[in-house]
Amino acid sequence: MISPKAILNSLLDSLRDLLPIILVIGFFQIAVLQQPIPNFGEIALGVVFVVIGLTLFVQGLNMGLFPIGETMAYSFASKGSLIWLLSFAFALGFGTTVAEPALIAVAKEAAKIAADGGMIEANEPSMASYAQGLRLTVAVSVGFAIVIGVLRIIKGWPIQNLIVVGYTGVVIMTFFAPREIIGIAYDSGGVTTSTITVPLVTALGVGLASSIKGRNPMVDGFGLIAFASLTPMIFVMAYGMVV
Amino acid sequence: MIHIFIDLFHVLIATVWDVLPIVVILFGFQRLAFRTPMPNRKKVVSGFLLVLLGLAFFLEGLEAALFPLGKLMAQQLTDPVFIAGDEVGRALEWWDYQWVYLFAFAIGFATTIAEPSLLAVAIKANQVSAGSIGIWGLRIAVAIGVAIGIALGVFRIITGTPLYWYIITGYVFVVVQTMFAPRMIIALAYDSGGVTTSTVTVPLVAALGLGLASTVPGRNPLLDGFGLIAFASLFPIMSVLAYAQLSEWSTRRRK
Repeated sequence: MISPKAILNSLLDSLRDLLPIILVIGFFQIAVLQQPIPNFGEIALGVVFVVIGLTLFVQGLNMGLFPIGETMAYSFASKGSLIWLLSFAFALGFGTTVAEPALIAVAKEAAKIAADGGMIEANEPSMASYAQGLRLTVAVSVGFAIVIGVLRIIKGWPIQNLIVVGYTGVVIMTFFAPREIIGIAYDSGGVTTSTITVPLVTALGVGLASSIKGRNPMVDGFGLIAFASLTPMIFVMAYGMVV
Repeated sequence: MIHIFIDLFHVLIATVWDVLPIVVILFGFQRLAFRTPMPNRKKVVSGFLLVLLGLAFFLEGLEAALFPLGKLMAQQLTDPVFIAGDEVGRALEWWDYQWVYLFAFAIGFATTIAEPSLLAVAIKANQVSAGSIGIWGLRIAVAIGVAIGIALGVFRIITGTPLYWYIITGYVFVVVQTMFAPRMIIALAYDSGGVTTSTVTVPLVAALGLGLASTVPGRNPLLDGFGLIAFASLFPIMSVLAYAQLSEWSTRRRK
């Protein structure tokens, strides 16, 4: 079991992770805006919560998320069925993105912009269906990204070639996509990867790369997240052009 | 103060709902593809519970303590009355916003250090590289990238220059850097672009972008408020590649 000293140490680590934010907000509040800190007690309690939360998260990461990602990777590698692995990859990318709260918020915002710009009718149903369509588009694009990323690990393709192709795609699409959608498309790459998806997907990639002969976990194992943040940009711009 | 505990409970329920699809996929595939129960099921399940509980505490703590103050701060700092100081009413130029740039830089750095998904990737990279990539080294390199990215993104909103100029130039830069970077860092560097922007960074940075886009004359909050996240995901790629190049260069010089 975990010793009290280890718990104390990891609490201190979490506090240190949080310290920069506390300092920045404290400095700007007191020195720049020259205002007192409101609700001091509540803020102190909140900080305690954040520290406890980060500590528990890191514990759970090492006990649950990392091992399960790796175990699944080993099992798929030894089973040797590409279809199962790729459908798992797609499901993981799609399933973790479609319910992502940050994405739901961005899709709503995007519908507002599209309605403002006259791309769709400015009423509730057409905005809701636009937002829904955008969410599905992004989720499909992330599923697709993980599939491509897993294929890359299996085949040992150099990541930079694929990324350069992806970047070129983004640049070309930028010239054709409606101006209103570009900002959202660029941002959507960043919001798809949640705190639970990242460790799982990273462990999956590293696990695959270490169980396939001739792959190096450092060179080949990372990179799945990179694809997951690239494809949504292309897909969202395409969505803006089609709808 | 009791409401914080009630909110914590709500956040916990919401987090459970977010995690549910992931759990269904993991256990579903385990059953269907391998037809065996999950190995170490007890440990994995308790790990998941810890992650759930941890995220709920983390999110509620941020919501109770740091987000309200940080968001309010973003609004106050971008308020023309604050920026113009004693000479209220004069036209503002881009250099009048020094505090905003400094805030953007500092908050970008600070929130990235606290970002749990970056911590996860850093822990993994440290394990996989057998210690040659330091957890703190990677996190600081990424945080500097985010800090520069957000500060530049704020400059873009203030000057009203098109987003794609910056992003496309950034891409060209990344591609050139990739040609010269050590091979083992490339995939990790690309990944660090995606992991920087989640729970802690996005809400504060979005508030900053929205605040600026609604107070700078001629900006449309709907159009110009976006784009900061894109900066925050592009610049860490550059800073991590640069970090690897610098450390390779310094080892070579020492030899």
